[in-house]
Amino acid sequence: MSRRNWPLSIAAILVSAVVFLVPFAFILLMAGKDRAQAALLDFSWPAQFRFVPNFVDVVEARDYMLIIAYINSTILTVTAVAGMVVLAAMVAFVLQRRPGRLHGLINFLVLAGLIVPPAVVPTIWVLKGVGLFGTMPGLILVEIAFGLSFCVLLFRAFIATIPRELDEAAVIDGAGPLRLFFRVIFPLLRSVIITAVVVQSVTVFNDFVNPLYFLPGDPTVQLTLYNFAGQYTAEYNLLFMNILLITIPPLIMFLFFNRRIVSGMTSGAVKG
Amino acid sequence: MVRRSPYPQWFYLPAGVVYGVLFVVPTFASFYFSLTRWTIFESHFIGLDNFVAFFREPALVRGFTNTLIYGVVTSGAKVVLGLALAVLLTSRIVARGWLRSVVFFPVLVSTIGVGLTFTVLLNPERGLVNQVLGAAGVDGPGWLTNPSYALLSVAMVDVWKGVGLATLIYIAGIVSIPQEYLEAARVDGASAWSVFRSVILPLARPATVTVIILSLIGGLRSFDLIWAMTRGGPGFTSDVVASVIYKQYQAGFAGLSTAGNVVLFAVVTAIVLPLSRFLNRKEVEL
Amino acid sequence: MRPHIIVAALTVLALSGCSAGSLGSSEDDGDGVTLSFLVDNSETNSKIAEGLAKDFTAANPGITVKVEVRPQGTEGDNIVKTRLSTGDMTDVFQYNSGSLLQALAPDKNLVPVDDPGAFDENFSTSVTSNGKVYGVPFGGYNAGAILYNKAAFAKAGVSVPATWADFMANNAKLKAAGVAPVIQTYQETWTSQLFVLGDFHNVSAAEPGFADAYTRNQTKYATSPAAVKGFQRLRQVHDAGYQNKDFASAKLDDGIRMLAEGTGAQYPILSGSIAQLTANFADKAKDIGLFAIPGDDAAKNGLTVWAPAGVYLPASTEGAKLDAAKKFLAFIGSAAGCDSQSQAYPPTGPYAVKGCTLPADVPQAVKDMQTYIDKPGASSLALEFLSPVKGPALEQICVEVGSGIRTPEAGAKLYDEDVKKQAQQLGLDGW
Repeated sequence: MSRRNWPLSIAAILVSAVVFLVPFAFILLMAGKDRAQAALLDFSWPAQFRFVPNFVDVVEARDYMLIIAYINSTILTVTAVAGMVVLAAMVAFVLQRRPGRLHGLINFLVLAGLIVPPAVVPTIWVLKGVGLFGTMPGLILVEIAFGLSFCVLLFRAFIATIPRELDEAAVIDGAGPLRLFFRVIFPLLRSVIITAVVVQSVTVFNDFVNPLYFLPGDPTVQLTLYNFAGQYTAEYNLLFMNILLITIPPLIMFLFFNRRIVSGMTSGAVKG
Repeated sequence: MVRRSPYPQWFYLPAGVVYGVLFVVPTFASFYFSLTRWTIFESHFIGLDNFVAFFREPALVRGFTNTLIYGVVTSGAKVVLGLALAVLLTSRIVARGWLRSVVFFPVLVSTIGVGLTFTVLLNPERGLVNQVLGAAGVDGPGWLTNPSYALLSVAMVDVWKGVGLATLIYIAGIVSIPQEYLEAARVDGASAWSVFRSVILPLARPATVTVIILSLIGGLRSFDLIWAMTRGGPGFTSDVVASVIYKQYQAGFAGLSTAGNVVLFAVVTAIVLPLSRFLNRKEVEL
Repeated sequence: MRPHIIVAALTVLALSGCSAGSLGSSEDDGDGVTLSFLVDNSETNSKIAEGLAKDFTAANPGITVKVEVRPQGTEGDNIVKTRLSTGDMTDVFQYNSGSLLQALAPDKNLVPVDDPGAFDENFSTSVTSNGKVYGVPFGGYNAGAILYNKAAFAKAGVSVPATWADFMANNAKLKAAGVAPVIQTYQETWTSQLFVLGDFHNVSAAEPGFADAYTRNQTKYATSPAAVKGFQRLRQVHDAGYQNKDFASAKLDDGIRMLAEGTGAQYPILSGSIAQLTANFADKAKDIGLFAIPGDDAAKNGLTVWAPAGVYLPASTEGAKLDAAKKFLAFIGSAAGCDSQSQAYPPTGPYAVKGCTLPADVPQAVKDMQTYIDKPGASSLALEFLSPVKGPALEQICVEVGSGIRTPEAGAKLYDEDVKKQAQQLGLDGW
């Protein structure tokens, strides 16, 4: 019965190629040029293919700063996302299952977390107060705090679809709250967790402002873009090679989880 | 029956501590600091002077207008385009999975990287966009350098980058519409357009609410992309409230910029909270 | 029960505390001292810093200097301020002199230098707070002047202008000869300010004592006839159509290229940009000269100069590191330090250390600059080194005036408003 709509398909493929792929092709071409040609900023084939030397230059720049930045960003992303997923799931679980006195307050706080722009300077002040300013754990906790709301909303909607009978069965089997949560509920959240992990990893990995303020001195990948766009000089070929390199991790993540993201969303955000 | 609830409130505790210390406390502290003249080194209490100074800021009126324009344009475009793309990408077309991936991918790329790339592509003399327009005989404008276009050009790039997420939310919404409704409509001989109007549109409503709220919040607070592409320029013509605040912070006026943050917070809340109530109430009535 | 997940998460959280930062090279080198040195990330300055670090370590084997970079501009200012206020600053750091240094509260956050007599007075003035000198010079003087292409001048039959009227007459001829007379590059907003900031020698020649009166809020850009001219002239150049066609979207890179290739004749810019010229167009550097921004009176015309950046010692540096840091500063402020800098990067202006000379092969524009500096009364420091009052929004205002978005008078007035916030923040009298 299914009749595929060929003309529309071809039009869609062509339009998407122009609108969405040309900019990436441009990044790729720029990354392969020499410095003088890149400074012309035009969409052209590299006169000399300098892909490998540019790559080496970018990696070696500033005492292998990109490598350090990669390690820092990986630690930051993995820990912050793991932290916010576990903590948010716990909140969402109780919030959905147990309407109580705290219910209204917590709903309000969750919404506030989405709406209120974080106050950068006072946050620095607080971090200094607890001795975590300029440290990786400090930045991780900040990212967790800023990401919690989104995750709670996503999880709460999903937990609503898990029948309460499951909880009751587990409780009758003698499970305590921790066991109920980690053995029964958490595994069931798998598909929505994948969505949250992908979205939040990308957010944290691409975060530019927070590391700039809360972790001065230690580079994360977004800050390496500064290496090649200075006040007096701009090395566009290296800048675009750098953009290319820091786009690869999200790309890999995406290729792995592409199909799962939609299925997680189906049960999550829409009903939130 | 007295027994401990399987849903203990201490589950709130770890998240509550992190969130309270690093989000709630700074937010309240900002109310105090907004009343001080504060360099990073010391602060003096000066009452409401910062708010007076902030509202006198020349770029501010423009900043507010721009913020509203930016928020409405980006979230409006994301709703329309996201829905259109979602309908397209749930219909029977070839290479559907590939198209979904392509549309979603910009969401994953760093905002700064996107900003830098498009600044180059939109260069009025040598950028690809105007070269192509030129080849077609059209004299393209200075997208980012003409005061009348700068803000909208950035908004376009914002839509380019963000439409994938809106599409995804809509796809999720459309996929979850029970097939019986669609079948029933088709059996009744409804045209594609009326299926869209009377089945898909109302049933994708929760998705619409999510897209509007998320993209409006994002649009009103938006900063990264504007900063990467125009820095509020040319001059002050594409300044939004968030970029005015950031410039004040950069200039070392920490108290003043914190006051600005409090104002922005009030504005976003005043717009989003009633809107979200309104949209959600309508949903219940349906 | 399966609390493993939490435990694992917490463990990672704890472990990660140790591993941020310095994975590139190891912290400890036996019993030697390692100094961290923060500089901005411009190609010039980071190369100079690396050069100094290398030569200093060679001369002092027990001490290693590790260079860290930060962004430039206001983002960099913030990082420096934040790190100073948290006591988390590197052992030594490079930063602007003049009004930006004053905003760091030097009395509270920095350690004065041991031997201030070794430096040129223009520099010492720029790093002095309450009678104490806080920095040693890093790099050379910079001029806010006009770089010009000699070949383009010859082709249009014009010579270096002595007054603003000559300058505008030249522009008409240059335009007729088919080159863009004045290069402007507003995509990098800081480059828009030269007609205003670089005119300061002319302003103070016309109104002696302007800087002091300005600091005390007794004169303003909008009300001083000499000072407002900078804004008016910026607009004149725009209205006469003397700018390059792509002034709104061009960047410094483009400006330098236009100048070197001769498609643009004159570029009002900081002379530090010569570095870019010699890096990208080495063979053209000899064709590029420099002259001061012309004023009304040819006899009083002169060059506005920016003092070199300084290297400073934060109050947080202690013990063995403090001794090592003092040694490092003494090295930077010595003739050997100047040579090390000249080797690391071709110098773009005279040094502020007494007894330092420039190599003979410096570009033509640097030689032109030296002529002004050597002639008594033909150069003065820019306003930002004589007064702590400098507004943060001047560059945006200049872009608006120079693009025809705002009138020069409204621009000057807006800048006066902008400056007021800064003065109040500093708690100056009279504001």
